[in-house]
Amino acid sequence: MSSKGRVWRFGDDVNTDLVIPGRYLDNYDPVHLASHAMEGVSKEFAKNVRKGDTVIAGRNFGCGSSREQAVVALKRAGVSAVIAKSFARIFYRNAINLGLPVIISSDASDLFIDGDVVIIDTSEGVMMSESRKVTTRMDPIPDHLRKILDAGGLVPYIKEALAGRAKA
Amino acid sequence: MNAKAGQIVEAAPDLAFSHENTFLVGKSFSELGVAQIWDPSKVVVVLDHRTPANTIQTAAAHARIRQLVKELGIEKFFDVGEGICHQLLIERGLAKPGQLILGADSHTTTAGAIGAFATGIGATEMAGVWAIGSLWLKIPETIRVSLNGHLAHGCFPKDVSLHLASVLGPSGAEYKCIEFTGGHIIDTTISGRMVLCNMAAEIGAKAAVVPADSTVMVRYVGCGPLPCEPVQSDPDASFEDKLDVNVSKIPPMVSGPHQIDKVGSVEKFEGVSVNQAFIGTCTNGRLEDLVVASSILKGRKVANGCRLIVVPASRTVLEEAIDMGLIQTILSAGGTILPPGCGPCLGAHEGVLASGEVCISSSNRNFRGRMGSEEAEIYLASPATVAASAIKGKISDPREVLPSEL
Repeated sequence: MSSKGRVWRFGDDVNTDLVIPGRYLDNYDPVHLASHAMEGVSKEFAKNVRKGDTVIAGRNFGCGSSREQAVVALKRAGVSAVIAKSFARIFYRNAINLGLPVIISSDASDLFIDGDVVIIDTSEGVMMSESRKVTTRMDPIPDHLRKILDAGGLVPYIKEALAGRAKA
Repeated sequence: MNAKAGQIVEAAPDLAFSHENTFLVGKSFSELGVAQIWDPSKVVVVLDHRTPANTIQTAAAHARIRQLVKELGIEKFFDVGEGICHQLLIERGLAKPGQLILGADSHTTTAGAIGAFATGIGATEMAGVWAIGSLWLKIPETIRVSLNGHLAHGCFPKDVSLHLASVLGPSGAEYKCIEFTGGHIIDTTISGRMVLCNMAAEIGAKAAVVPADSTVMVRYVGCGPLPCEPVQSDPDASFEDKLDVNVSKIPPMVSGPHQIDKVGSVEKFEGVSVNQAFIGTCTNGRLEDLVVASSILKGRKVANGCRLIVVPASRTVLEEAIDMGLIQTILSAGGTILPPGCGPCLGAHEGVLASGEVCISSSNRNFRGRMGSEEAEIYLASPATVAASAIKGKISDPREVLPSEL
């Protein structure tokens, strides 16, 4: 899988209250959630993010609440992948389960800057900016999670598995 | 189970719970096209986050959840006003030592207080658990935190947790399990252990476990045989890290805006004016907490310009607090009592903060915008420090007003 889009850079410990504040969680509509994505850290993000864009962050991205609306907001806003030095575990699982690639990279947040247009190949684990000739390799997504991502998330993955079991 | 740290296993939970996000669990579950829950007797649903409903949308979600639990035969359903999921799990004996517990909430770690391995997941993953009865888990590394000594006057488990946050930081236990041991743990009540395990989520822990000892096991006498052996470390267990803490050296602690590790002793923050003081939540809304807070509030008044909001963690806590006269004390002091549940902690209702306002809270998160305006500030502390601050109208040292016997 590959995508092309602009980089939105954020720092360490971006918690899920910043990604989508609790006051918006009454309404489960993904469009509503996307319209407030990252509102706690950037008022520009939700307005200007485009399909294919990438979020790059530091350590512990997605810490705090288990709310999977944080993933829904980013995904519906058009984000193609979140790349971080590390992820809080529930956010990481939620992202995989909802089909949003999350990739660990020790140096992406140091190499790329806001607005860089990057091509990401999540299968190969490569990220590059053509204009600035910067390339980095990222940690591969573990196989058992890659299968869930490739299916489009946990729901289609389990459905396929159950259908396979029924046939067998 | 014979598994080593780092190994990925397919694990079957003994208990699986969710709260208002059961709405999302149900949505994903119906997309899966599975007719029945793998084992409805192992599923718990609690309405606690926005209770009673704050908006028409929440009311509709609650209505859908009530319909869902009926359709799917979920009998362990706790409606509006019963209390917070983490509290009910232990108070009602649903969680048991040795169990694997999954909760669609980040503070699921709380149930480690009775020797269960309890970890948080998201709503869609919970739908998967409802459907197939298992999920993948990576066996975590363990950090052993050995707590020794006796807490000084005015200091409580919350202060220990805030101290640990200062040492380990917001991701210091990321993906890891914390095991609490040491002489101090033996003296710590289940309520206090719940504080420690609850706050472990704030330093990234996947789970936190206090191995079940006699304090815990006595609660399960007469409940029949436990389904699992209580979890204990193997004698030759290896730990990724070990931390020794002498709790007698820990002063009352406060965490300042907007992150858990912006923490220091209460002296560092003394004098900061507060508009709202909040006592409650899955961290510190239990009877013990209300006893301590009331002992400070007795015969005193909440300061002008400050409002005190108290939210018992459950109906049982509220009833016991009424019986003990604590609620009367809080009301006489000028406090407001709200129905059992999560209350203002998540910024959805019941005590939302305006721009420029300051809240001192016994809850677990002080993220920017968590309780309302992004321009509001949240300080975290023990119920004693919150109560002391409420009567002074500014962050204050509880040692000056807490009776010596507490």
